[in-house]
Amino acid sequence: MDDKASLSPLLEVERLSVSILIAAGDLHAVHDISFTVKKGETLCIVGESGCGKSLSALAIMGLLPKRARRTGNRLVFSGTDLLRLSEREMADIRGSRITMIFQEPMTSLNPAYNIGNQLMETLLRHRKVSRSEARDRSIFLLEKTGITAASRRLGQYPHQLSGGLRQRVMIAMALMCEPELIIADEPTTALDVTIQAQILNLLAELQREFHMAMILITHDLGIVARAGDRVEVMYASKIVEAGSVHEIFESPMHPYTQGLLACIPLPGKTRRGEHLGSIPGMVPTLIGEFTGCNFYNRCPYAQKTCATSEPELHALAPDHGYRCILEPDKCRRNAEKVLR
Amino acid sequence: MSTDTLSTVEQIMEPTPGQLLRRRIFRHRGLMIGASILALIMLMAVTAPLIAPHHPYQQDLLNRLMRPVWHPEGTWEHPLGTDHLGRDYLTRLIYGAQISLLIGFSVAVISGLIGTALGIVGGYFGGRVDMVVTFIITVRLSMPVVLVALAVVALVGGSLRTVITVLGLLMWNRYAVVIRSSTMMIRSQDYVAAAKAVGSSVLRILLTEIMPNVLNNLVVVATLEMANAILLEAVLSFLGLGIQPPLPSWGLMVSEGKDYIFFEPWLITIPGIALFLLVLSTNLLGDGIHDVTAPESHG
Amino acid sequence: MLVYTIKRILLALLVTLCVSSISFGLLFLSSDPATAIAGEAATDEDIVYIRKLYGFDRPLIVQYVEWVGKALRGDFGKSYYFRMPVSQILADRLPITLKLGTSAVIFAVVLSVPLGVVAAMRPNSWIDRVALFLSIMGQALPSFWFALMLIVLLSIMFPLLPPSGTETWVHFVMPTIVLGYFAMPAIMRLTRAGMMEVMASDYIRTARAKGLLPAKVLIKHALRNAIIPVVSVAAVQFGFMLGGSIVVETIFALHGMGYLAWESINRSDLPTVQAVILVFSIIYVVLTLLADLINAWLDPRIRVA
Repeated sequence: MDDKASLSPLLEVERLSVSILIAAGDLHAVHDISFTVKKGETLCIVGESGCGKSLSALAIMGLLPKRARRTGNRLVFSGTDLLRLSEREMADIRGSRITMIFQEPMTSLNPAYNIGNQLMETLLRHRKVSRSEARDRSIFLLEKTGITAASRRLGQYPHQLSGGLRQRVMIAMALMCEPELIIADEPTTALDVTIQAQILNLLAELQREFHMAMILITHDLGIVARAGDRVEVMYASKIVEAGSVHEIFESPMHPYTQGLLACIPLPGKTRRGEHLGSIPGMVPTLIGEFTGCNFYNRCPYAQKTCATSEPELHALAPDHGYRCILEPDKCRRNAEKVLR
Repeated sequence: MSTDTLSTVEQIMEPTPGQLLRRRIFRHRGLMIGASILALIMLMAVTAPLIAPHHPYQQDLLNRLMRPVWHPEGTWEHPLGTDHLGRDYLTRLIYGAQISLLIGFSVAVISGLIGTALGIVGGYFGGRVDMVVTFIITVRLSMPVVLVALAVVALVGGSLRTVITVLGLLMWNRYAVVIRSSTMMIRSQDYVAAAKAVGSSVLRILLTEIMPNVLNNLVVVATLEMANAILLEAVLSFLGLGIQPPLPSWGLMVSEGKDYIFFEPWLITIPGIALFLLVLSTNLLGDGIHDVTAPESHG
Repeated sequence: MLVYTIKRILLALLVTLCVSSISFGLLFLSSDPATAIAGEAATDEDIVYIRKLYGFDRPLIVQYVEWVGKALRGDFGKSYYFRMPVSQILADRLPITLKLGTSAVIFAVVLSVPLGVVAAMRPNSWIDRVALFLSIMGQALPSFWFALMLIVLLSIMFPLLPPSGTETWVHFVMPTIVLGYFAMPAIMRLTRAGMMEVMASDYIRTARAKGLLPAKVLIKHALRNAIIPVVSVAAVQFGFMLGGSIVVETIFALHGMGYLAWESINRSDLPTVQAVILVFSIIYVVLTLLADLINAWLDPRIRVA
């Protein structure tokens, strides 16, 4: 079927950083992250709120807020370094080759225009098509996303649709120009649990059908398990572990990843009355310079040197890497203990 | 690595809300400028008899239309020159401050009482009562105030008292609107429900819970309405249907001077600048208080 | 939407009725029309005679109802001074005031909306500071003084514009500026605040994520939403301008409703004064109604409930 492994990467991110200038100093929201996305695969970026995952996505799209600065070595999409593009060139790529859907469907659509208008304007902006062609495509995609009576919906306004419907419209909007990469930032967080599954299935289906790669940003490991091919685990602005979903769940190496997995209650394994795992402590401040491991103050295995020196990168298997002072076999033993 | 919790020492060293407010006040340039200018004008008005070189009504027909001191023909006897009846302009300017401030304060108080009462009643009781209050406000809003004020003052006869009464009875609109919405917002707060649960009477709730929280909005509206009242009186007096001569209302002075704009332009320039400064400082003060007491709503 | 409109129209009618009755009452209570008509040289007998002749001795309510009845038919009585039907005088004067008011509103909007947009795009820049500064200055400027200063500057010192008359559009330039400037601070600030709020919203981020060009995002997406409150404010400001027209028309000798109001008040020409107050209130009420309706129409959340 799809031989993802042999294709060259669609997106290569190398040492991307985002810092925000605030009154108290320079906030390093994203620090030196690197990863790749292959054609057709789903890369999940997982981490808790505030770890920088949304900002990373915005950085790729070039949609950072005014106060934020983006730096990096390379940000290569299909052979083009996005870091070197002008704003106009980037705007040509946004919405057509790389698209993004956001977390809050309730407020992500303009209340003043109907659905059809907002769908069609995407296609009309990037392709030379007629209005009726744009209209046809809109109806086609609305139906693809499972919206019935699509042509009637075109004339409706956002406030007339439910959250789940709006998110489907957002997805349709993101597909108007047949993008190669779609970035989904917590697409189901604001939706009911029952709708969540539907939307995720929809995304997976569409991805297969249209041969798109997807970066799926989430804080929910359950979503990672069912939707992802590969995972990047982010903590406090840095990537601490990366690998295939299978590897990460089977043998997590980094203490943070292990902690995350231990927090999930598993039917059958977790006994009633047993304490759920939790990671004590709080996320450190990201203001100012700090060398060392960001997980230092919450890590059960922390040592003195963790606070001062950058933890080294261990690369196991072609697709699995983590940054920690601990050696791989020590990590494996910890994993066994934690994930009894 | 710092954590978010403050140690006890740091908590003690944190500034109190009162200190924070004072700091914010002094840092707000607009507020400080407005307050200073207003204070100066008020000082001028209060010490008028002491600092004015002449009497405001004293005519000197031999020295009509004398030039101000910066003119080659001007003298320090009449630093701002004299008007068409030979009255010293500096003196009239200083005494004019009394009139403008008196009108500004009186109208602000009278219309403030009316508007606040209406607003609180409508906002607190809601329902039918509120419908009536809103209707009254709408009717007032649809009235061309300048016209009605002009007409009534003209027919009753212009004087200081008339102007204050008429303006006071007409300018309560913004108070009512602002106080009403503030009251409605506060009415639904928990502490009012708590007071009700304890059995406090309506009046008591109005006075002790609602008023203090509505107060800062009230002060802001009061300063802005004071500025409006001053401007409106100036317009009325300028049109000849407000304060009557020989009182030195600044608006009246501009009107009296407009026949001489060709050769004696200072006659309209000087009182105009005075009006402008007074209204400007009041506006700055009002805006400043608004910014300082509700920083979240700063645009 | 239809129900909303009807309700608002009914309310408007009720309000107009109230305003007219209040002004009617005020005028009659504060003066004696018989004395006004009789003039200065009249004797007491003359005044009593006139009072009976015109029916001023009847109860106020009766006089009011009669007046309303006539007014509904367009008959506002005869002017004491001009000795012509008031309705005819109104028909002559109203177009000038409407012309002036319209150009003043357009002037204010055309200058302040773009300024507000630019100020919102670059907050705390020099443009923003200048805009804020101008709006603070504008609010404190007395209109009559501004008018006189403009005349000194543009008619006397540099004879560029005529200070009075209504022949050509050039005569309207200064009056438009004087009438319009007062509305500018409010419109500018509202636009600025509205734009800043709108630009921070999620749907603007979506628009950018679709690759739309900045101009399109600004105008089609942001301004369209931010402008909604500004439209109703502009309509209401138009109403206020009618009040301000008294000063402007009087100084620039434009024969509009404002000047008429001032003349009639000075001459105690009650029928005319009443008619002018009524017409102004009707215009106010209509404008407020229009503002509400436009507001509701511009926001699909209200229009397509």
